Amino acid sequence: MRRSPATAPTIARLIDAFHRLPGIGPKSAQRLAYHVLRAPRSEAEDLAAALLDVKNSTKLCQICQNITDADPCELCLDPQRTVATICVVEEPLDVAAIERAGVHRGRYHVLHGAISPMDGVGPDDLRVRELLSRLGDPEVEEVILAMNPNLEGEATAGYLSRVIATMGVRITRIAHGLPVGADVEYADERTLRAALTHRVDVEPEQNSDGS
Amino acid sequence: MPRVRPMRTEAIVLRQRPLGDADRICVLFAPLHGRIEAVAKGVRKPLSKVSGHVAPLSRGTFGIAPGRSLDIITEAQTLDAWPSLHDDINRMTEALAIAELVDRSTDLDIAARPLYRLLHQSLDALASTPSPASIRWWFTLRFLDQQGYRPELEACVRCRAVLEPDGNGFAATEGGVVCPRCRSGGLGQPLSAPAFRLLRYMRRSSCEATAQVNVDAATAAEIERHLRLSVEQALDTRLRSRDFADDLARAETLGKRATNAASSGNGQREDQHRATV
Repeated sequence: MRRSPATAPTIARLIDAFHRLPGIGPKSAQRLAYHVLRAPRSEAEDLAAALLDVKNSTKLCQICQNITDADPCELCLDPQRTVATICVVEEPLDVAAIERAGVHRGRYHVLHGAISPMDGVGPDDLRVRELLSRLGDPEVEEVILAMNPNLEGEATAGYLSRVIATMGVRITRIAHGLPVGADVEYADERTLRAALTHRVDVEPEQNSDGS
Repeated sequence: MPRVRPMRTEAIVLRQRPLGDADRICVLFAPLHGRIEAVAKGVRKPLSKVSGHVAPLSRGTFGIAPGRSLDIITEAQTLDAWPSLHDDINRMTEALAIAELVDRSTDLDIAARPLYRLLHQSLDALASTPSPASIRWWFTLRFLDQQGYRPELEACVRCRAVLEPDGNGFAATEGGVVCPRCRSGGLGQPLSAPAFRLLRYMRRSSCEATAQVNVDAATAAEIERHLRLSVEQALDTRLRSRDFADDLARAETLGKRATNAASSGNGQREDQHRATV
């Protein structure tokens, strides 16, 4: 970014640093920089310490490959979670999203990306070998492929199911279909096809007397 | 360079890449405009009305308006979703290889009607054929032809002798088949009679007829090698999507190897961790 002579070099440096973050445009970067400038010193120190901490203290859990402070991570050490089901996701943020839903009580495996054949991202660039070594555990019964429903996610799920098919583990894929709050009239052909193919039975409503 | 006024066009989506938090840049290929790069706003949000209509390997009609630095997709409606290209990994791999060829060989905003027709016909055939690789070979031969790199299959590319099926070679650097005499000088790779016949058959046949041919593994590997070399020679680049095809071919072996490693005592880390817990 070109620096105006009206902006001190140190502020310009901070603006430039914020601008490099994803989703931060030049105006937002400027606002954030001036916010830090006006904030109490302790707030700036907290921010700087948090930034350094995240780089110094985090590592990958050697089991699930999620980002963690302690290895193995809390999720892998939780005795309440079953070892029988491993939910495979593309990114660490996907673990947080699935955890928010509170439905999956098994373990996770983070691939750190998805196969993108046209960009030259292949299975060797992801944490696939680590997943395969986990599947050697006889207690693992099911692998849930929770990739994004886009081309890269489909390529990754297709590749993984071909590799895992020979290992005697059940392979499932999270359902595709209409998101909550969407309109059927705007849905595309593939989404509707998936939603109709994987439709579910509606349980008959029970009367108050139980009949 | 953004366009001056809005337009509406039919196009095939070749690929996408993320932009910011919620958008994607879509690479479209249109008959009258060639390659178009346009932003699909908000398509990474769950309630986006457009996201399913801008999926790669699909055909649709698109409204495109000039943006500040990039064009913007204002509306999209799918014409062909080709679900089997997404659900079947083999078809997807072949379709991606075709899409990569078009993506790498075309320029922004230059009409390419014959290539668009060829791409549309090939993806349509790929979506239903039982032998997706032969459709890609069929596409590749015609693609090379359209790009001005038509492989010579009738006469020796070196001495112009009429070719017989046996003893020939394929020299991608020379642009086609070499006769046994020229081949004796070490020119090109060996070309078996079945592979020679298949290349000539694909050249003169429709994609439906090509899809009906049964090809043995050795001939398929040979055709694959010769066409890959021809394309890389023509485009002067390595095709990334073919690496994934190689990975996919090795997938089962990798799974079996992992199973063997597990049964011989590896892959038991979780057991150890459970023991410590």
